[in-house]
Amino acid sequence: MEQLTDNEALLSYTLHVNGHDRAVNDALLSENLLYVLRERLGLRGSKNACEQGECGACSVLIDGRLECACTVLAAGAAGREIVTVEGLTPAGDELSGLQEAFLAEGAVQCGFCTPGLIVSVHDLLERTPDPTELEIREAISGNLCRCTGYGRILAAVKVAQDARHP
Amino acid sequence: MLEGAPQAQLLAGGTDFMVEVNAGLRRPAAVLCLNRIPEIAGWRTDNGHVVLGAALTYTEMLDAALARLVPALSLAARTVGSPQIRNAGTIGGNLATASPAGDTLPVLSALDAEILVVGPGGATRTVPFAELVTGPKRTSLAPGEIICEVRLPARFGTQEFLKVGTRNAMVIAVASVAVVVDWAGRNVRVALGSAGPVMIRATEAEEQAASQIDWDERRLLARAGNLDDFVALVRAASRPIDDHRSTAAYRRHAVGVCAERALRRAVADDALKEDQWSS
Amino acid sequence: MTTLDTPTQAATIAVTPDGLGRSARRPDGRPKVKGQFAFSSDLEAEGMLWGQLLRSPHPSATIRSIDVSGAWRVPGVLAVLTAADVPGRKTYGLDYPDQPVFASDVVRYAGEPVAAVAADHPVTARLAAEAIVVEYEVHEPLTDSVLALGAEPVHPLGNTLYRQTIRRGDPAARGAVSVEGTYETGMQDQAFMGPESGLAVPAADGGVDLYVATQWLHVDQDQIAACLDLPLDMVRVHLAGVGGAFGAREDLSMQVQLCLLALRTGRPVKIVYSREESFHGHVHRHPAHMWYRHTADADGRLVSVEARIIFDGGAYLSSSTAVTLNAACFANGPYNVQNAFVDCTAVRTNNPPCGAMRGFGAVQVCFAHEAQMDKLAVALSIDPIELRLRNAYAPGDQLIIGQVLSGTAPVAEVIRACAAAPLPPGGPDTAAELALPGGAGRTADRARVRRGVGFAVGFKNLMFSAGFDDYSTARCRLEDGRVTITTAAVEVGQGLVTVMQQIARDVLGVDDVALGEASTMGIGSAGSTSASRQSWMTGGAVDTACRAVRERLLSSVAQRFEVQRAGLELSSGRVLSVDGSLDLSLAEAAGGAVLEETAVFRHPGTVALDENGQGDAHVSFAFAAHRAVVDVDLDLGLVKVVEVATAQDVGRVLNPVQLIGQLEGGISQGVGFAVMEEIVLDDGKLRNPSFTDYIIPTALDMPPVTIQALIEQPEPGSPLGAKGAGEPPSISSTAAVVAAIRNATGLELPRAPVRPQDIALLLAEQRPAGSTDISPAPPAKEASP
Repeated sequence: MEQLTDNEALLSYTLHVNGHDRAVNDALLSENLLYVLRERLGLRGSKNACEQGECGACSVLIDGRLECACTVLAAGAAGREIVTVEGLTPAGDELSGLQEAFLAEGAVQCGFCTPGLIVSVHDLLERTPDPTELEIREAISGNLCRCTGYGRILAAVKVAQDARHP
Repeated sequence: MLEGAPQAQLLAGGTDFMVEVNAGLRRPAAVLCLNRIPEIAGWRTDNGHVVLGAALTYTEMLDAALARLVPALSLAARTVGSPQIRNAGTIGGNLATASPAGDTLPVLSALDAEILVVGPGGATRTVPFAELVTGPKRTSLAPGEIICEVRLPARFGTQEFLKVGTRNAMVIAVASVAVVVDWAGRNVRVALGSAGPVMIRATEAEEQAASQIDWDERRLLARAGNLDDFVALVRAASRPIDDHRSTAAYRRHAVGVCAERALRRAVADDALKEDQWSS
Repeated sequence: MTTLDTPTQAATIAVTPDGLGRSARRPDGRPKVKGQFAFSSDLEAEGMLWGQLLRSPHPSATIRSIDVSGAWRVPGVLAVLTAADVPGRKTYGLDYPDQPVFASDVVRYAGEPVAAVAADHPVTARLAAEAIVVEYEVHEPLTDSVLALGAEPVHPLGNTLYRQTIRRGDPAARGAVSVEGTYETGMQDQAFMGPESGLAVPAADGGVDLYVATQWLHVDQDQIAACLDLPLDMVRVHLAGVGGAFGAREDLSMQVQLCLLALRTGRPVKIVYSREESFHGHVHRHPAHMWYRHTADADGRLVSVEARIIFDGGAYLSSSTAVTLNAACFANGPYNVQNAFVDCTAVRTNNPPCGAMRGFGAVQVCFAHEAQMDKLAVALSIDPIELRLRNAYAPGDQLIIGQVLSGTAPVAEVIRACAAAPLPPGGPDTAAELALPGGAGRTADRARVRRGVGFAVGFKNLMFSAGFDDYSTARCRLEDGRVTITTAAVEVGQGLVTVMQQIARDVLGVDDVALGEASTMGIGSAGSTSASRQSWMTGGAVDTACRAVRERLLSSVAQRFEVQRAGLELSSGRVLSVDGSLDLSLAEAAGGAVLEETAVFRHPGTVALDENGQGDAHVSFAFAAHRAVVDVDLDLGLVKVVEVATAQDVGRVLNPVQLIGQLEGGISQGVGFAVMEEIVLDDGKLRNPSFTDYIIPTALDMPPVTIQALIEQPEPGSPLGAKGAGEPPSISSTAAVVAAIRNATGLELPRAPVRPQDIALLLAEQRPAGSTDISPAPPAKEASP
C-alpha cells in the first residue's frame, strides 16, 4: 500500500497480544488498535460499532486496564500486554464460566456487544468478586446493548459471580 | 523529544484525539505518547498542595486517598464516560482539549489550579487555570509545550461537584457546577461548566454566598432563607448557548439549581464528604 | 431482576429436552461469546477492496456537476461510480422504486448517496471519496411536515407519500365528555450495534454473490437485480451475521453500490459504514404530529375518536405506506369505539427518509391514544385502569376498520395482570445515590424527587397486511439420520434460529438439527424479519416441512416393515413402534433414502382497506400493557426510570429465555424513546449522528423489568399457537413511562421524548415563589388492582 500523503509515515512494530508477540508491518501511524487487531492481526472478536469510545464493543484489556481499542493508537500500545476476547476464551471447544453463563441466561441476542461485555465483565469480576447489582451496572455502563435491555446480561453476571464464589 | 518534532501530536489517553483521527479529521505526522513518561504519571503531595501528573487518569482520580485531599476532583472523575474512558482519559487531556464541557475543568477553575507547562529546551512556566483555557477548545499552549502537572490546594475547604446529563453514564455535561467553601479564607468559589465558552467563575454570586454564611457556626445564616439572590446571580453569570444537546434557557436554569444544591451541601457537615463515593 | 412469576401454561411435552417451550440455547451462541461469529463487518476475501460512498451534505440541492478526477488521482483507487454507471433501473424502493441508487440531478436529503469509490485500503477509499467535487446549487429544504402538503413538491410524485382514511359510524356522534390533545413524537433511530456492511464477490458467470446483513434476502435480490440489469439467478444474496436490525435493514443500504463496485473492478469489495454514516444511511422512525379528540359517555364508554395525524416520511417512500396504514388502523388503541374518523398522512419532505422501526406506526399513535385515555379518565373521574377495562377489546369485537377480532384478544387479562404488579419497594428517600435521577452526577435533592406511576396499553397486527401475499419457505432434509433445516429467513438476534431447531426437534424427535445457510440460492423467500412474523411464518414453514418429512418417513417404515403407521413415533433420534416391536435409527428407517420436503407457508388472505378504511386487512393481533415507575427531579427535569412491569399476550411461549429477551429489549427501546432518544435535525441536517449524542440507555439507565404475566391463549391459525412477540414491548412502554412522568409532575407532556427542559422550565414557571419553595406535587398514584 502506498503512502497516502507526504507526511503519513508507515511504521512497523510489535504488539504483545494474548500472550504472543505479533508483528505489525507497514501500518499507518494513525491506525487505532481496533483496526490493527481486526484487519492486520486477524483478531476480529473485538467489534467496531462507533469508533468513538462510546459503545464498548471494542473493549480490550491493556496492562490489565479495560479500555476501548478504538481510542488507542496502535503503535502506542507496543510493549503493553493486550488481552482481547480471544485471549479470554479457553482453547479448543471449551467456554469460560462467564461465556457459559451468557449462553445459559440468554444474554446473547445479535451478539455484537457480547465480546466487549465478556471483556468488561471479566475485568469487573477480577477486581470486584462480589459486586452488587448497581456496581455491575456501573461497570458495564460503557458497553451499549441494543437488543437485550441488559436484563439477561445482569442475570448472566450473577450466575458467573456465584459460580466463582459459591 | 518534542524539540525535534515540535509539530508532533501529543497523546495520552486518546479519548478525544483518537476520535478525531478515526473520523478522518486528523492525520498526524508524528505522535508523542505521553503515557510512558513517568514524570507526568501519578500524583503526589507537596507542602499543602496536591500535584497531579498530567497523565493521571480519571480512574486514578477516584483513589480514596486523593479523594480525601481534593474531593471535588474525584466527584467529577466519577461522572466521566465509562470505566473504559476513565481508565484512559487524563487530566492533561481534559485540559488540553479544553472543551466547554470538560468534566474536571469546573473543579480546576474553582480551586484556581496552577498548571505547570514545559516548553522547548525544558523551559517551564506556571499558568493559572483561567489563563490556560482561553476559549472553546482553545488553550494558550505554544507549539512544543506540554502540560506536565496540575497543582491544587489540598484539603481546601468543603467541596461539591454536580453534573447534569440526560443519561446516567457516558454523557456530555449539559451543565455542571463546582462549589468550594473556603472556611479558612471565608470565601466561596462557584465555577460553572457547559454554561459558556470557558469555565465561568460566578464572582458576584460567590460574594453573595459568602455573605449568607455564618462562618463561625459553619452553617447558612438563619436569615439566608431561599438563596434566591445567589441563584439569580449564578444564572446571570452564565453565558449558555442553544445546541443539539440542550437549550440556553435550560442550562441557565440548571446551573442555578445545581449551584444552590452544591452550596447547601458544601456548607453542611463536612464529615459526610468521606463516604460520598462509596454508595 | 426480572421475575417470571407464572409458569408457561401450555408448555409442550417435548419429545426431546430442547423442544418448544424450553429455553433451548441458541445455535450461534458459542461463536458469539467467543467473538468468532462472522458479522457482515467481519467478512474478508482474497484480493478484497474497500468501498466508500460519498453522500450529499445538503438536504435539498440541484447537482450542477460531479468531478471525479480528484478521486482517480488518489493512488490505490480502482473504481469511481456515479448514477450513469447504474446499468439497470436507477432507483429502488420497498413499495415503489422512487429512491435513486446515486443521485443524479437533485439530492433530496442530507446523506443521499452521490458516488462510490473502491480502493485498496479503507482510508484511501475515504480520501478518494472526499476528493470528488460535487457542485451543488443549494435550495431551501422543506423540513416542516405540517406544511408539506401545501409546499412545493420535493419529488415529481408529489409530497403525499400515502394517506389512510378511516370512517366508521356517525361523524356527528359525540359523547357527553370530550378531551382533546395535540401530541408529537420525535424521530427515533434503530441504533443497532452492527454497522451496515457487506461483501460483494463478482462471479465467473458475470453475476455477483453478495454477503450482507439485511432483513429480507429475496426482496433485496429483486431490487439489486433490477438495478444491475441482471437476471435474478445471477444476483445471489447470502445472509451475513446481523448485528441487530429493528427495521433499519428492511430498505437497501449499500447493496447495489457494493455490487456495482465489485462488478466494475472484478474483485471482491467490502463496505463498512462508520457510525456517522450509519445514522445517515438508514431510515428512521416517522416523527408524528397527532391531533386527537375522544368523547365518551358518563360511564366512560368511548363514543367517538377522531384523529388527524401527519407522519414525516422524509425524502423517499420506503415503507411509509404500510406504516401509515397501520397507524390509522390502531389509532384508537385496543378499545371499542363505534364512531371513528382517522386521517393519517405520510408526507414527503427533505428530512431523512423514514420507514420501518419496531412498532411500525403503532408506537406513535399509542403515545397519543394512551395520553387521551388518561385525560378522559381525569375528565370522567374514573380510574384510568378501569376506564381501559370498560372499553377493552375482547374476542368478537370489531376494530375501527370493521374487522372482527376472530382470534384471541386477552386485552382485559393483559391490563389486569400488568396493573396487579406490586410496586417496587422504597422510593426516592431510600434509593441509592447512584440510582437517583442524575446518577453519578449527584444532582438530586431527595426532597425534590417525586415518584410517578404510569400505565399504557398497546397493540398492533402481526404479519403483513392489506392483501399482501405474505409467505415463507422452508426445507427439511433428512439424510443419513441427520436433519437439516434450510430457509432464507434472517436471524437478527431475536432467536429464530433457535426456534427453528426446536420445531424440528419436536416433530422429528431428534436432538441435533443443523441449519443450512440462508441465501437466495435454491430456496424461495422466507419473507421479511419484521412485523413480528417469523415465528409464525417461517416457524409454520419449518413445521410443515418437518411434518412432511416425518410423514414420508413413517409411511415408508410402515410399508417396508409392515406395521401400522399409527403405531409409529419418533423419539430421541429413533423410530419406535408403540408395541415395542420396532426400534430403528433414523438412518435405518430411511433405508438409505434422502427425504427432503420444501414447504411454502401462507397465512389466511387479507384484503385491502376500502375507501372508508374498512376491510379485513390483518391476520392477527398482539396486545401488551406496561406499567412504569419513574423518579423525577422536579427542578432539573431529570428522570430515572425505576421499573417497568409488563404483561403481554404471547399465544404460546416457544422459548422462555428468548421471549424474556425480546420483552426486555423492546422495553429498553421504549424507555429510550420516552426520555432520551431523538435524532435532532437542523434544517434537515442531522445534528447528532453519533453515539455521543444520539443516546440510548446504558445499563445504568435501563431499569429492571418485571414480567408480571405472559398470557398464553394459543392463537387459532398460528401454526405453533404462538403470537409474534417482538414489537408489543416497544409499543406501549414509551407511553407508560411518559404517563409516569406526568403523574410525578402534573404536566401535560404532549411530546416524546421528554427532555429535561420540558419538565424543569415549566415547573419553574409554575412555582409561585423562590427556588426552594417545596410546593406539594401530586402524590404518586398506585395502580389499582
